[in-house]
Amino acid sequence: MSFEAIAFYVLSAGAIISAFCVVVPPMGRNPLHAALSLLLTLFFVACLFVLLSAHLLAVLQILVYVGAVMVLFVFVVMLLNLQPEELKGAKITPWKVLGVALALVFLAKSLVAVAVATQDFLPVNLEAVGKSDFGSVKVVGKELVTTYLFPFELASILLLVAILGGVLIARRHKRG
Amino acid sequence: MAEVPLSHYIAVSLALFTIGSIGVLTRRNILVVLMSIELMLNGVNVAFLTFSRWHGDTLGQAAIFIVMAVAASEVAVGLALAIALFRHQRSVDVDKATNLKG
Repeated sequence: MSFEAIAFYVLSAGAIISAFCVVVPPMGRNPLHAALSLLLTLFFVACLFVLLSAHLLAVLQILVYVGAVMVLFVFVVMLLNLQPEELKGAKITPWKVLGVALALVFLAKSLVAVAVATQDFLPVNLEAVGKSDFGSVKVVGKELVTTYLFPFELASILLLVAILGGVLIARRHKRG
Repeated sequence: MAEVPLSHYIAVSLALFTIGSIGVLTRRNILVVLMSIELMLNGVNVAFLTFSRWHGDTLGQAAIFIVMAVAASEVAVGLALAIALFRHQRSVDVDKATNLKG
């Protein structure tokens, strides 16, 4: 087993276990613990991006998610300052059981479909086709502002709308 | 690269997506629901990047770029909604936000 395969299995096991901790109540009961588990998951996913030789996206993942999104989450958790008695009392209802069952059925079905459909796919040899700078800033940046210019500009408008929406919704409304 | 088959990367992506959807379907704390949506988006990102790498194509990376922008704006608006909900109800339980229920 090569170093890459070992790294992949360790990283993906870490990602899945910490993702589990976000959702499953013993750990995820406290939103702060859930946020820290999510941080760990996002970091493992960034490491998987490195394994897939997308270095720009790995750096962006850490900057955007770990730097911005997680700070927002932790900030809001501390701002709301939830007391322990407000966080307990999740009941197991038939709807929740049905939801978990459906999610697991989806997982099983799509795992089987993927295993059958992709068993003899092999990755492109990047050196052979002259794309050894596959995930570099230069290549991705150039594509973003030429071929994918319209979605790129759309993303900037979306972020502007989100800023305005966030400020407007969270603002304290004056009475009368 | 060839040691880890494509299906294993997709399996990780599917696992993250499923865990996220279980969180959205079962948890009632709006903060945890938002975190679960982040998990689902990350699962999709892994799938995008895997196929992008296997084809040696940049489209998947551009898609991830857009998904990250969407995720960031979703968190900004979602957390603003969480603050507004808490100010209104003194609770972050989405099941208690039933003012519009007939």
